[in-house]
Amino acid sequence: MVLGRAFEDMCAQMYYRGKMFGFVHLYNGQEAVSTGFIKLLKKEDSAVSTYRDHVHALSKGVPAREVMSELFGKTTGCCRGQGGSMHMFSKEHNLLGGFAFIGEGIPVATGAAFSSKYRREVLGEADCDHVTLAFFGDGTCNNGQFYECLNLAALWKLPIIFVVENNLWAIGMSHMRATSDPQIWKKGPAFGMPGVHVDGMDVLKVREVAKEAIERARRGEGPTLVECETYRFRGHSLADPDELRDPAEKAHYAARDPITALKKYMIENNLAKEAELKTIEKKIDEVVEDAVEFADESPQPPRSQLLDNVFADPKGFGIGPDGRYRCEDPKFTEGTAHV
Amino acid sequence: MASALRRLGSAAARRGLSTACEDTKKSLFQLPQAGGKSSNLCSAINQALHIALESDPRYRLVLSEMSPIIPKPNISLLPSLHATDNRHSYLFGEDVSFGGVFRCTTGLADRYGKSRVFNTPLCEQGIVGFGIGLAAMGNRAIAEIQFADYIFPAFDQIVNEASKFRYRSGNQFNCGGLTIRAPYGAVGHGGHYHSQSPEAFFCHVPGIKVVIPRSPRQAKGLLLSCIRDPNPVVFFEPKWLYRQAIEEVPEEDYMLPLSEAEVIREGSDITVVGWGAQLSIMEQACAGAEKEGISCELIDLKTLIPWDKETVEASVRKTGRLLISHEAPVTGGFGAEISASIVERCFLRLEAPVARICGLDTPFPLVFEPFYMPTKNKILDAIKATVNY
Repeated sequence: MVLGRAFEDMCAQMYYRGKMFGFVHLYNGQEAVSTGFIKLLKKEDSAVSTYRDHVHALSKGVPAREVMSELFGKTTGCCRGQGGSMHMFSKEHNLLGGFAFIGEGIPVATGAAFSSKYRREVLGEADCDHVTLAFFGDGTCNNGQFYECLNLAALWKLPIIFVVENNLWAIGMSHMRATSDPQIWKKGPAFGMPGVHVDGMDVLKVREVAKEAIERARRGEGPTLVECETYRFRGHSLADPDELRDPAEKAHYAARDPITALKKYMIENNLAKEAELKTIEKKIDEVVEDAVEFADESPQPPRSQLLDNVFADPKGFGIGPDGRYRCEDPKFTEGTAHV
Repeated sequence: MASALRRLGSAAARRGLSTACEDTKKSLFQLPQAGGKSSNLCSAINQALHIALESDPRYRLVLSEMSPIIPKPNISLLPSLHATDNRHSYLFGEDVSFGGVFRCTTGLADRYGKSRVFNTPLCEQGIVGFGIGLAAMGNRAIAEIQFADYIFPAFDQIVNEASKFRYRSGNQFNCGGLTIRAPYGAVGHGGHYHSQSPEAFFCHVPGIKVVIPRSPRQAKGLLLSCIRDPNPVVFFEPKWLYRQAIEEVPEEDYMLPLSEAEVIREGSDITVVGWGAQLSIMEQACAGAEKEGISCELIDLKTLIPWDKETVEASVRKTGRLLISHEAPVTGGFGAEISASIVERCFLRLEAPVARICGLDTPFPLVFEPFYMPTKNKILDAIKATVNY
C-alpha cells in the first residue's frame, strides 16, 4: 500500500514536470482494495483492471521500474512503451491489462476465468484452480457489458470475482444520481451469485472478504460480486481540477486513509514499531527513486517500433509495392516525419 | 458508360439537395458578414447549444404563456420544413450538467433546467438508443458522447436503428431530431482511446449525416444546422481545436448549409481536400507549396455524407490533381471514397494519381503520435510529388 501511495505521488510529480504525458489516473486512497485482493493471489491467477491500474500492476508484482518506464513511454516499460498509463500488461504476472474504456475489461476477465475452468474440468488439470479478478468502478455498473458478464459468470459458474471499487464518482457524476439502486452488491443475487459489501478503506476487512471469495472460486463454486466502498483522494485524472466534490466528503474519507489506519492498528496491537514502519517507508522511497532513475535513463523506443505488433506477423506491415517488407525500407519513416 | 455516369451525376446536381429549401436558403444559410466576439471552439459550440435550446419553439411558447412580456414565437420565420415544429429539445450525455469534460455545455443546465439538460449514466449504447426514442416521439435529442472513441458501443444503435428508422417505418416515424456530438481526433497525448477519428465507419451508413467543422465560426453554424436538420446527424468536433482555435464568431443565430463544401483557398495546380483539424495543417502545407510556386486549391468538405461531389469535381476539372488528407488510417478511410468517386467522374482529366496522406495503418499510438500523423511536411512532399508526376 505504501509503495502504491508513494508511487502515485511520484507520478503526479513527474507529470507536472513533463516527464510523462497523456491521461494519468491516480489511485491514492483506494490502495486497500488492491492490496487486500491481489496480495492473496498466486502468480498464475489473473487480474484485469481499468485505467486506474498502476497500483494493481504493482500489487500483482510488476516491478516499479517497469511501470515507471511504461509511464515515461520508454522501451523498457512493461508494454515496451506502447501502452502508457492506462494499459499495463504483464504476461509474467498475469496482468491482463489496464483498459481505457470502462467495462471493456470485464468480458476479457470472464474469458480468462472460463479458460481456467476449462483446463480444470475438461482437460483434467486438477491443480488448475486459477481465479480471475476483475476490478472496475461504480460508473461501470451502469454499463451493459457488466450485466452481460455477471450473467455469463453465474450461468457457467466461472472462477471470477467482480470487484467494484465504488469511489462514488464517475468523473463528475455522482453514483447516487446515476444509479437507480446505488447498492451495487445487490445486483449479485439478481444473477444468482453472492453480493458482498465491504469497507474498502480498511485493508484487513477487504482481505477477509477477499479470502472467502477467492476460496469459493477456487473450490469451483462460482463467481462473487464484491462492492468495496472506497474513495479517491485526488481528482479523476491529473488533468481534473477536482472542484465538484464536497470538501466535507473529502475530509471524511481522508480521515479513513487506509495506510494511516493500518499503521495505527499495527502499533496499537504491537505488531510493529514506529521505527520499523519508518524504515519501510524509507525503503519504499528508495525503490520509487530508483524506478524514476531507471525510467529516465532508459532509451526511447526506436521509430521502427511504431510498425511492430499490428499483426501477428512480426514484420507488421506486409509487403510494399517493390516486393519487400515495408518496414525494411529505410525511407519508410525517415525524412518527412516531423517531430 | 463513363459518359452515362457523368450525365447521371449532373442531373442529380441540377435536382439539388433534398434538405435545402431554395426560398429559405438565401436568408438563413448564410454566415453573417461582419462582427462577432472572439471565441474558441468550445465556446462557439456552447453558444450554438444555448441558441438551439432557446429557440426551441415549444420552449418559447411555454415561456410566453408564463409571462406576457415574452413574445410568442413567430413560427413562420423558421424554415418551412419546421413550420409545424412543436418539438422539445434535450441535451444529455456523460457529465454534461457541470459543463462537460471540455466545458462545451457550461451554463446550460442552470439556464434550461435539469429536465432538459441532464447527465446520463455510463452507457453509450443506452444514451444513443434513448436519444433515438426521444427523437422518434418528435423531440430534438442532442446526445453527447464524451470521446468519439467511446462511440462504438453505440455503433449498433446508430447503424441499425437511427439510420433505418424513417426507411423501415415507411416515413411514419423518423429520428431526425437526433444529433450526436462527439469530440474526435488527435490531441497530442491522447493515446489509443482519446484520439481516434471514426468518421469513416459512419460514412458507410446510408441514412445518417456526418458533419465535421474546421473552426469556431463554422462549428456554430454547422451545429445549429445539424440540430435543426430533419435527419439524424453525427457531429464530430475536433478536440484539438477546442481551446486552440480562436475566431470572431457572430453572436446571433445563424446556420450553415449541410452537404456544401467550401473552397477556402483558390488555386490552379492541385486540389487539396480535407476536414476538421487537419485543415489547419493543410493550410500550412499549401502556404509552403505557394513559396515553391505551386498554387493549391483547398477545399473543406464540411459534410462527409452526403458529400458535395460537384464542388470537388469542378475543382479537379480545373486543376487536374487531387490530394486528400485525414487523420484516420489510410486504408478504408473516407479519402478512399473521395478518390474512387473523383476517378470515376474525372478519369480523363486527371494528370496524376490521387494522393492520400493519412494516418498509418496502426492503432493510434501514444509515444509515436508525431510519426503516425499526416504532418505538414508529408503533405508538402506529396503535393510536390503529385504536381511533378
